[in-house]
Amino acid sequence: MGSTNSTLLKIPNVEVLMQETGFSPAHIIRLHDRFKALDKEGRGHLCPHDFGAIKELAMNPIGDRIIGAFFSPGKETVDFHTFVKILAHFRPVDKDRPKEPNSPEPINSRSNKLKFAFQLYDQDKDGKISRDELLQVLRAMLGMQVTDEQLESIADRTIQEADLDRDDTISFEEFRKSLEKINIDHKMSIRFLR
Amino acid sequence: MPQVEDTDPDPDPGETTQAVFTLNYPRIQIPFEITLWVLLASFAKIGFHVYHKITVWVPESCLLISIGLIVGGIMHSLHEKPPAVLTSNAFFLYMLPPIVLDSGYFMPTRPFFENFGTVLWFAVVGTLWNSIGIGISLFAICQIEVFGVQDITLQENFLFASIISAVEPVAVLTVFEDISVHEQLYIVVFGECLFNDAVTVVLYNLFNHVAALEVVEAGDVFLDIGRFFVVGLGGTIFGALFGFVTAFTTRFTGKVREIEPLIIFLYSYLAYLIAELFAISSIMAIVICALTMKYYVEENVSQRSCTTIRHVIKMVGSVSETLIFFFLGVVTITTEHEWNWGYILFALLFALLWRGLGILVLTQIINPFRTIPFNFKDQFGLAYGGLRGAVSFALAFTLPDNIGRKDLFITGTIVVIIFTVFIQGITIRPLLKLMNVRKTNRNQETINDEIHKRLMEHTVAGIEDLCGQWSHYYWKDKFMKFNNRILRKILIRDNHPESSIVALYKKLELQNAMEVLDQMSGDISAAPSLISLHEERKNASKSRKKFLSSDVTNMHELLSKNMYKIRHRTVSYTNKHTLPDDITAREILMRRHTSLRRSLRAGSFHGTNAAKMSQKYFSLPMGRSLNSRFPPRRLVHAGDGDIESEINYSSIRHPQRVSSKAVMPLRPLNTLKEVASSVNTVDGQNEEQRGCRRSHLGSNVSRSGHLTSHLPHGSSRNCSDGDHDAWVEEPQNNSDVQHPLMRRPHWLPQKPHDK
Repeated sequence: MGSTNSTLLKIPNVEVLMQETGFSPAHIIRLHDRFKALDKEGRGHLCPHDFGAIKELAMNPIGDRIIGAFFSPGKETVDFHTFVKILAHFRPVDKDRPKEPNSPEPINSRSNKLKFAFQLYDQDKDGKISRDELLQVLRAMLGMQVTDEQLESIADRTIQEADLDRDDTISFEEFRKSLEKINIDHKMSIRFLR
Repeated sequence: MPQVEDTDPDPDPGETTQAVFTLNYPRIQIPFEITLWVLLASFAKIGFHVYHKITVWVPESCLLISIGLIVGGIMHSLHEKPPAVLTSNAFFLYMLPPIVLDSGYFMPTRPFFENFGTVLWFAVVGTLWNSIGIGISLFAICQIEVFGVQDITLQENFLFASIISAVEPVAVLTVFEDISVHEQLYIVVFGECLFNDAVTVVLYNLFNHVAALEVVEAGDVFLDIGRFFVVGLGGTIFGALFGFVTAFTTRFTGKVREIEPLIIFLYSYLAYLIAELFAISSIMAIVICALTMKYYVEENVSQRSCTTIRHVIKMVGSVSETLIFFFLGVVTITTEHEWNWGYILFALLFALLWRGLGILVLTQIINPFRTIPFNFKDQFGLAYGGLRGAVSFALAFTLPDNIGRKDLFITGTIVVIIFTVFIQGITIRPLLKLMNVRKTNRNQETINDEIHKRLMEHTVAGIEDLCGQWSHYYWKDKFMKFNNRILRKILIRDNHPESSIVALYKKLELQNAMEVLDQMSGDISAAPSLISLHEERKNASKSRKKFLSSDVTNMHELLSKNMYKIRHRTVSYTNKHTLPDDITAREILMRRHTSLRRSLRAGSFHGTNAAKMSQKYFSLPMGRSLNSRFPPRRLVHAGDGDIESEINYSSIRHPQRVSSKAVMPLRPLNTLKEVASSVNTVDGQNEEQRGCRRSHLGSNVSRSGHLTSHLPHGSSRNCSDGDHDAWVEEPQNNSDVQHPLMRRPHWLPQKPHDK
């Protein structure tokens, strides 16, 4: 398929990208098409309002957080590489990937997936989920019938369950520990990104 | 005793007397009876919903049939005959089109086209399989002398078989919704039923025709097969043609909004009738017509017309269906039945058997071609959910009289329908629930687990949406390009590929304005809980709260009831008896909106957090100057052909807590491109003015913190007309970079028109 090869060549550093993320060439091309479709003005990078134009994302209770996750602190644009790398978090785990001893953890490892989820809570990036942040997420995910008191009890209970060092916040380790039983690979993977 | 004298006390034989009080029943008889029957059926429907629990466990069709049975019983005992409404013409020309239009119009296009192959496969091949299978088996049964039905020919068997293969998804879909069956299954069942109807009717006509022939030759068979395809394809093309014509017509109806719904209905019906004229598949025609025109029409037509169209279609479709089920009940009691144990029971058996087998075999064949294969549970749902309904009944009832065993067929059909609707309809819910029981015991899950799991589900859903649909169809992409470049220009009046988000926010702004006016002293000045949250935290004792296990159970319940479900694109569209309703989406968007405002005000209220707050804002889709010249759009298919969701603001009066009491955590995004906004003054007095003005957050930026929503007069239009179509690019004043949120694109106050 000549067209796919030529498209691939147009993307800079595509080899490195494929290596780092583990996406197949076909996926990279599809993602590139999607990137271009989102980038309506053809600037080569995406801005927040490009993401905002996706209607379903706006209907998602945590849509803005998801969008925010693409933008690393201080940057206001997302280039293709970053886009692909973030999406790589959602690849199903390659079970048969050879474990090279010194290679960096693949982006879609369980730990990295958890980190992604963690950062959705932890907006101020202090490495901990405070009660406030938890409340905000809860508020976003729960319907309006839930009163504030109920919300706060739930938040308190959540912290109580997870917080082991009793500092009233949930650190990443505590987060990871509390989700031991959940199959993160299954929950945080998108089938068609395999 | 005074008596009312009808006539003149001195009647002269030849003289016409002027009566004081007359009754002329025959004149109004027909419309009167029709009205009464429809009214009766509607009362039945109202009655069911009085006690909500019933409709959960028993599908509506069951209830309707039961009421029909009761009424039939009454009529029978009074020796009345039911009205002869169910003639062939009445059914095919008046009652069937609304039902099919209803299904076609509310078909969610995108999932449908994604699963198009599967749907067609199950509908066409599945129905053929069923009909032929049942037909042959029944013919075999007929040969057995014991049952005494040797006189039924093969053709007649096929005819009967085709009648009882027509499936109806109504009850099943309601159950599927509640169990949250995955989308794919949903759309397949829905689509299958729709095309199933078309295929059945075609087969019916085919076999009807064949049954009349004495001798069937091979050539005839091939001709018939060829005819089958001609009919199907012809219907499709016809429908598409009419769809485009309708879309084109609506382009010009800008000035005559009142007749817009009428045009839609007329064209759809016309498509149906003309297809009938040419004896091609009218069901296909009307369905395809509805599918194609919906996309374009909903962009051209005004908001009210859109609502009207939907409501009327739902209403008429629902009435039609109700009537048919009702009559089913009545007719069951009042007709002369011909009962034959063997034939009928075997018919029932084969119907169930062949459907189950068919699903199994067909799924095996098609699974490799699907991205998400059907597992066993899905197959069970598909097979068990094959209830027969309205169409089967009507087809049986309108069999021509030259079929010898017509009464037997009618009885057989009624038995099959009643069995499937009652037994399968009532048991499918518990069965599916049983099969869906999760292995882990619910209560062992911690609150933590629940919350985080749901968050992850939302995340994955969001990322999937972000990735968009990876269409597997090269042609679909091509079509979309063609669509955007050519078709939209021709068929849509104001072709602005406006983001539907923008339209949505417009609506929200309006809505919020209304609410602000309603609760002037209430909400606005209520300090946001931002304060209370922080104070709480300060005061929060370090002591651990004790949670009783009952508390925890309550929390679990609360969470399970109130956490937003993952978006389900198909769900709200296929419930046959109600219109789509989008409470969740509404809440989410409203909350965003109010939190937007709060974050603006919060800056002024809360000193300690101000620093943090100031940098955070919302990644809104800014930019577009919202087409001030053109009438506001409702939420519409934009660009990538999404399913639109209509947010029905007229019903939003329920007393919910409008103010979301948490600020959305926002990402620091330091530059935003924005509309060149005007600096509007906050005008307190203007809030007095009601009406359909748009509110907007004026942008007196720099952290003034006022609630800068007000209702602009016509004069405060600073948004230059020039940047209508531009995605706004003008960079901001640097001083205002802190609160780009304040820069809402604002739009012209509209003169009240279709709102």
